[in-house]
Amino acid sequence: MPVPSSTSPATEAAKGRIHNIGYRHYDGPRLGRSYATRSLLVQSLRGAYGLGRSAKSKVLPMILFAVMCMPAGIIVAVAVFTKMKDLPLDYTSYAIYLQAVIGIFLAAQAPQAVSRDLRFKTVPLYFSRPIERIDYVFAKFAAMTGAVFILTAAPLVVLYIGALLAKLSFGTQTKDFAAALLAALLLSLLYAGLGLVIAALTPRRGFGVAAIIALFTISYGAVSSVQAIAGEQGNETVAGWLGLFSPVTLIDGVQSWALGAEPSSPAGPPNAFAGTVFVLVLLGAIAGSFGLLLLRYRKVGLS
Amino acid sequence: MIATENLTKRYPRVTALDRLTLDIAPGVVGLVGANGAGKSTLIKILLGLSAASEGRARVLGLDVVTEGSRIRERVGYMPEHDCLPPDVSATEFVVHMARMSGLPASAARERTADTLRHVGLYEERYRPMGGYSTGMKQRVKLAQALVHDPELVLLDEPTNGLDPVGRDEMLGLIRRVHTDFGISVLVTSHLLGELERTCDHVVVIDGGTLLRSQSTAEFTQATQTLAVEVTDSEQHPHGADAVLSELQAAGLTALADGHLLLVEIADESTFDTVRDAVTGLGLGLVRMEQRRHRIAELFRPDEVGAPAAAGAGATAVGIPGTGTTADATTTHEGSRSDAGAVKH
Repeated sequence: MPVPSSTSPATEAAKGRIHNIGYRHYDGPRLGRSYATRSLLVQSLRGAYGLGRSAKSKVLPMILFAVMCMPAGIIVAVAVFTKMKDLPLDYTSYAIYLQAVIGIFLAAQAPQAVSRDLRFKTVPLYFSRPIERIDYVFAKFAAMTGAVFILTAAPLVVLYIGALLAKLSFGTQTKDFAAALLAALLLSLLYAGLGLVIAALTPRRGFGVAAIIALFTISYGAVSSVQAIAGEQGNETVAGWLGLFSPVTLIDGVQSWALGAEPSSPAGPPNAFAGTVFVLVLLGAIAGSFGLLLLRYRKVGLS
Repeated sequence: MIATENLTKRYPRVTALDRLTLDIAPGVVGLVGANGAGKSTLIKILLGLSAASEGRARVLGLDVVTEGSRIRERVGYMPEHDCLPPDVSATEFVVHMARMSGLPASAARERTADTLRHVGLYEERYRPMGGYSTGMKQRVKLAQALVHDPELVLLDEPTNGLDPVGRDEMLGLIRRVHTDFGISVLVTSHLLGELERTCDHVVVIDGGTLLRSQSTAEFTQATQTLAVEVTDSEQHPHGADAVLSELQAAGLTALADGHLLLVEIADESTFDTVRDAVTGLGLGLVRMEQRRHRIAELFRPDEVGAPAAAGAGATAVGIPGTGTTADATTTHEGSRSDAGAVKH
């Protein structure tokens, strides 16, 4: 960048008046809508881990990331040293066991991604740019999905590498790992969607955090305890169907039916029909939350 | 630059715009109207963010309905309300906004540095914006609207919440956006006085309809009057009345308005006649300033042309528009500019 001549007192004196260097026009490329959408996506994704923000906002996501990966590290260490025949934990159950950590991460970061823009009224500024409403929603949705996916997939990678180091069967491990990654992606989409819909309802960050934690813990608590009761009474079918009503059990149902994983919740989908319903409900919930976000931002617009 | 044709926007309860037809040329254009006159609605439609109920609009030759995205790439927008996240620095924020307008990362940084300097933000730009004064926030808001070097900026009430000094600085900056940067400006305000000296052209809307669209030069071509204020003496306890009869005797059209005398300016010699009359009577001349009809009078068309309109368009002689920021919709009591007053 050239040195602005206006800051040089000598030049000013020579000209006898304060002289601002001229305005320079921009002739470079304008990369348009898709580039702007990508920029927003990257900024939001980085923001979810506190990157490009204050040091304080890095603390929580980084701690949660460490907490998420630590059990995987321990499992791997144990497996390698004790020369286990198989990992003591399925890839697909990992996220289910650590669902609380994912829930906290989502509760902290989803409001950060959308409530801030609402509270400080930055949304109208975005919409005065080339992007359209759907681009904004897409960027935020993709960023949040990416953030949750990094959180859920990173420990799986640790487990997988550990499994290979422990010289477990490459074929089985790879197959299970791939299935778990797909499940992690579905989980990330579902969590991001639900979290953003709740967070986008209120400009108040605190409400968003509380509401998201409430949704995930209460629904899981209620569903799994009713499932347990139903299971006690020998009503496995009802217990299986109940899994539809909480995000975690829904994911568990889909991965146990469609991806051949061991169910980690009390009961999975009872039959093929139920399995199909689980998959449809999952996809419907993801698409539905995207639609609700679009609807929500139609109201915000300018003003 | 901006052309609308029968533009109508109806909300369930109100009609915000009613068959508005405008043709605005490049330059600094003021959009004046009371709150709720339809200014913000018009801006939303021009940015392609709100669909008109009827009619068409084109900005920079692009249709607002089908080419909204391309319009927004070449237009800057400064909203009326606060829109700055407090925990981010001005630099980070404006860089992000530049990228949102499609500028590559390196160009975004370079343009941000340039633009912030042009709006007068220096070392402060690295600090979180939460600690900024209103004036600094307004500058950042203006910078984010200019950072992608638009052809046109839409400024929604940019002087809102500023003190008189900040207001003058902002108006000067807006003027420079056009004269120095070559960017056309559409600026809204409900204060007419400030647009009079900033804009080349003023559009007045009220209740969503066009009241008047005229260049500011035309507005001020009306009769020029001279406001005169004199002291009283023992000999002439009513100084103003004494001068008035003296001036009328000299063949000038004049009338008294309280302690002020309003004299119609026939030609250059009017000034001399007034001076001679006052000194001849041995009175002190407190004030003598040239006035013109203010845009404000549009809202009271019955009084246009009546010199009795108290405090009409105080623009001091020699120093145009020093601190005249009268709220046109409520009062005509413009801040008394005594910059041009002659004292004895």
